[in-house]
Amino acid sequence: MSIWDFLLNFGPRLASGTLYTVAQFFLATIIAIACALLAGLGKLSGNWLIRGISVVYIEIFRGTSLLVQLYWIFFVLPFFGVTLPKFAAGFLSVGLNIGSYGAELVRGAIQQVPKGQWEAAYALSMSPAQRMRRIILPQAFVIMLPPWGNLLIELLKGTALVALISVTDLMFEAKQINGSTFLSVQAFGSALVIYYILARFMITPFMRWCERAMNRRLSRA
Amino acid sequence: MDMSAYPLELPEGDRPMVRFMNVTKSYGALVVLDQLNLDIERGEMVTVIGPSGSGKTTVLRMLMTLETINGGVIYVDGKPLTHMPKNGVLVPASERYLRKARSMIGMCFQHFNLFPHMTALQNCMEGPVRVLGLPRAEARARSEELLEMVGMIDKKDQYPSRLSGGQQQRVAIARALAMRPKVMLFDEVTSALDPEVIGEVTNVIRKLVNEHDLTMLMVTHQMGFARDISDRVCFFYQGRIEEQGEAEAFFTNPQRDRTKQFLSAVKDAD
Amino acid sequence: MSFHWRWDFTWAILPRLMWATVNTLLASGIGYAIAMVLGLVFALLLRTGWKPLTLPLREAIEFIRSTPLVLQIFFVFYVGPQFGVRLSPWVSGMIAIGLHYSCYLSEVYRAGIESVPRGQWEAARALNLSTRDTYMRIVIPQALPTSVAGMGNYLVGIFKDTPMLSVIGVAELMQTANAIGSETYRFLEPYTLVGLIFLMLSLPTAGLMRLFETWVRRKLGM
Repeated sequence: MSIWDFLLNFGPRLASGTLYTVAQFFLATIIAIACALLAGLGKLSGNWLIRGISVVYIEIFRGTSLLVQLYWIFFVLPFFGVTLPKFAAGFLSVGLNIGSYGAELVRGAIQQVPKGQWEAAYALSMSPAQRMRRIILPQAFVIMLPPWGNLLIELLKGTALVALISVTDLMFEAKQINGSTFLSVQAFGSALVIYYILARFMITPFMRWCERAMNRRLSRA
Repeated sequence: MDMSAYPLELPEGDRPMVRFMNVTKSYGALVVLDQLNLDIERGEMVTVIGPSGSGKTTVLRMLMTLETINGGVIYVDGKPLTHMPKNGVLVPASERYLRKARSMIGMCFQHFNLFPHMTALQNCMEGPVRVLGLPRAEARARSEELLEMVGMIDKKDQYPSRLSGGQQQRVAIARALAMRPKVMLFDEVTSALDPEVIGEVTNVIRKLVNEHDLTMLMVTHQMGFARDISDRVCFFYQGRIEEQGEAEAFFTNPQRDRTKQFLSAVKDAD
Repeated sequence: MSFHWRWDFTWAILPRLMWATVNTLLASGIGYAIAMVLGLVFALLLRTGWKPLTLPLREAIEFIRSTPLVLQIFFVFYVGPQFGVRLSPWVSGMIAIGLHYSCYLSEVYRAGIESVPRGQWEAARALNLSTRDTYMRIVIPQALPTSVAGMGNYLVGIFKDTPMLSVIGVAELMQTANAIGSETYRFLEPYTLVGLIFLMLSLPTAGLMRLFETWVRRKLGM
C-alpha cells in the first residue's frame, strides 16, 4: 500500500493518537515545571528537611528508568491504596521524571544569576519572596530556556511510553495499525515523522520565540 | 586566470629561496594582499613590519600553506609551492603535493601552540618520528641536541603547562627546527611574552641567524631587535610593500612618509 | 490486594533478576560500544564539510535524536520482516539503541573537537603531520577530557533506556519483571526490586564517571 493510501486510510486514527500525545505533553509539562521549580528551589533551601526531600526526589527520579517509574506508578501504587486511571498515571510519571532533570536546570540557572543582583535586592529591603519572584527568577528563566528546550523534546519522547500502559496515543495507534496490517514501515514511519514535526517544527521554534521575547523584555536583544 | 605566464620551475640563475610572484589574497571583497612580488634569498633574514591589517601575517601564513592564495604563485627553492605542474601548466596543488612541498617550511607561532598533552621532548620528537619516519632513538638525539641549543634541555620532560611563556616559545623553536626546514617563519613570536622573557627568545633567534644559514622570515614589533639581526626589512601597508631595504639603512633613513610615520609611532610606544 | 511485602517471594525471584541484570548490563555495554564508534564516524563525516553528505546526515541525526527511542526499536524490529529479513530482538535492539545514542555522542564529540584551539591544528600543519596523525595524536587526545563528561552522562542514560527493549522481548530487567508479574500476579516486589537495582547501578556509575574524567585529565597532563 502506498504511503498516500495508507495516510488516507489510517490518518484519522493517527490524528486521534496525536491528540492524545499532545494532551499528555501539555499536562506532563505542567507537572514537570511545577516539580522542577519546587525541587530546584527546595535544593537551595536552608531548611534541611525541604532540601532532603528535594534531593531524594531528584536522585530517585533521575537515577531510575522512566519506564520503570511508569509501571511502578500504574501497577504498584494501587497496592498502597492509590489507583490512578492510566491517562493520569501516564502524564504524572513523565512529568515527575522530567521534573527531576528540570530541577537541576532550575537550580543551576538560579546559581548563575550574578551575585550582585541578590545584593541589590537585599539592599532595597525586598522580602525573600519578592526578591525571588521579581528579580532572580526572571533572570534565571532566561538562562534556563535553551536547555529546557532540549528537555521538552525529551518529555515529548517520554510520552510515547504511555502507550505501553495502553493510553491510546500516537505510538499506541501505530502499534495497533502495525499489529493488524503488518505495514511496519508506513505505520511506524508515519508516527516517527509526526513526532519529528512536533519536536522540530513546533517545540523548537516555540522555545526560540520564548528566548527572543524574554531577551527583548530584559532588553538584551 | 592565465597560468601560462608562470614558469613550471625557476631557471638556474634566478632561484631565490622564496619567491612571491603576483600573489593576491582576498577574503571576499576585502583584498589583503595585492599583487605581491617579493624575493627572499638563500640564508637571508628578512623582517616584515607594518600596522595591523597590512597583510604581513598573511604573507607568512600563505607560505606555511595555512591559507590559500587567490592569485599568483609562490615558489620555494625554485619549485612552485602553491601550484603543481600538470600537462605543462601550473594548476592549484593537490593536498598530496602540498604535503611534500610544505616539508621545507617551518613556523613558530605567537601563542606557541605546543601540544599540551606531550612533554617538551615529545613535542620535538613528534614531527621527526611521525612525518620524517626517523627511528625514535635518532629523533630523540636530534631533539635533545636542539633543546640543548635553545637552553631547555633540563626541562625536556616537563609539560607545557609547567613552562613559562618564554620557555614554551623556545621549545616551539626547537620543535620547528627538528624538522630541518629550509625556511623558518616567525610570526610575532615575542608579542605574547612578558617583557622580561623576550630576551630569552630573541637570543635564540640571534643564535640561529649567526650560527646557521637558514633562510628566515620574521614578523615582529621589536624594532630594535629587527634592526640588529635582519639583512633586509620590508614595510607593508594595506597589502603592498610600501618600502624595503637593507636593515640599517631602512631604520636610519626611511624614504617614504608612511614609513616614517609608522616608525616614529612605534618608537613612541617602545 | 493490599500492600504486603513477601520476603520469601523476593528471595525466590532474586536469582532470575540477577541474570536479567547481567543482560541489561550486556545490552548497555554493546549498545554503547556501537554508539561510541558510530558517533565518531558521524562526527568525522560531518567535519568533511561536503554539503551533499553533511546536510542530509545532519537532518537524519536530528530526526533520530528528536523521536522516541521505543518507536525506533519497534521500527527496526518490525521493518525487517516486511522485507523478508528476520532480525532477532537482541540484534534489532542493539541496532536501534546504538544508532540512537550514536547521534547523541556525535554531538558530544563535535563539541569536544571544537574545543581544541585552532592553534593546535595549525601547529600540526606546520609540522606537516598527516590528517590521520593530526586527529589521532593531537586533536582527539585533547578533545577527550571535554567529551568524557558528556559521554559519561549518556552511558548512564543508555543503561536507563534498556527497559525499552522489553517491548520486543529482550530478557532484560523490565521484561523479566513483567514476566514475573504476569506469571505470579505479584507486581510489588519485582517492580520495586528493579527500581532499586537501577538506583544501585546508576548512582555509583555517575560517580565513577566523574573519577574517570579526572583520571583522563591527569593522564594527558592537563
